[in-house]
Amino acid sequence: MLLAEVNGHISALAVGAAAIGPGIGIGLVFAAYIQSTARQPESSRMTQPFLWLGFALIEALALFGIAFGFVFRN
Amino acid sequence: MRGEVTGWAADELPFPPSVEDFFLPSLIEGAGPWLTKVTLLVWVAVALIIIFFTFSYRSPKLIPGRLQWMAESIYGFARNRIALDMIGKEGLRFAPYLATLFCFILLTNMFGIIPGIQLSPNSHIAFPAVLAVISWVMFLYIGISRFGFAGYLKKTLILPAPLFIQPLLIPIEFLSTFLVRPFTLAIRLFANMFAGHVILLVFTLGGFVLLNAEGLFLRPVSVLAWLLTIALTGLEALVALLQAYIFTVLTSSYVQGALAEEH
Repeated sequence: MLLAEVNGHISALAVGAAAIGPGIGIGLVFAAYIQSTARQPESSRMTQPFLWLGFALIEALALFGIAFGFVFRN
Repeated sequence: MRGEVTGWAADELPFPPSVEDFFLPSLIEGAGPWLTKVTLLVWVAVALIIIFFTFSYRSPKLIPGRLQWMAESIYGFARNRIALDMIGKEGLRFAPYLATLFCFILLTNMFGIIPGIQLSPNSHIAFPAVLAVISWVMFLYIGISRFGFAGYLKKTLILPAPLFIQPLLIPIEFLSTFLVRPFTLAIRLFANMFAGHVILLVFTLGGFVLLNAEGLFLRPVSVLAWLLTIALTGLEALVALLQAYIFTVLTSSYVQGALAEEH
């Protein structure tokens, strides 16, 4: 006997879950950049490539979630 | 968006946007799927890059005019910040390819926000996939031609780690270096362009849905949706530039890893 039912695509839940990790990760990357620049402002130019590299690598994981949300439709 | 948008009734709107919105019809009636807006845009991007760099080096002067300065700045950025900084002195060999790669990806990404075009060819998986395969074959070929097949595998897979952990480490290294890299390169670029376009579609079409809404107080909210579209277009421009830079930087990083002598 069916008491309750939830309809819809489970990939929508997956997309939301996929955004948790990258959210924390990108926050950590930018926090590290801001802190290091606050401690030693002259180093900001040198560490900027790592900032963008880290951001894009981590952002890719969130976007895998969105892309595979479309791939795994039923 | 094209003109027919203004004449849509509430139930005719293509909302929510789906993957099917990305499959465009052929431009000429019987031509087949190889001639669409997307493939035409790729040819246009190639032509623009060739024309731009050819014309800016027509008669190079010691004190450059604006066009020559622009071309030199773009090439200089790719050569110095990407090829030299990531690979070192040997990177100058790759500077032309990396500069071309950067310009091509930047231009095709920017097509996603230029009014009238508003579609990036990189939102179809084929184009990032081919670029990623080229980068993959490139760093494999460079590594194997320098160290030999067995030497390259040994250098890449055997890391300085205790012997008991190697049976775990070697498959992980093999997977991440030889199998996963082209996929992540391609999907990163594709997903950024795809998701960006879908977000813009959601807010633009959502504005029209709100405009046709039942409740009278929902209709002014459509203006908010369109303002957000403008803000997100700015974000798209940043993402386009960043993704072009990231693809090129990662390619040069993989080449540097293939060329490096020892860990």
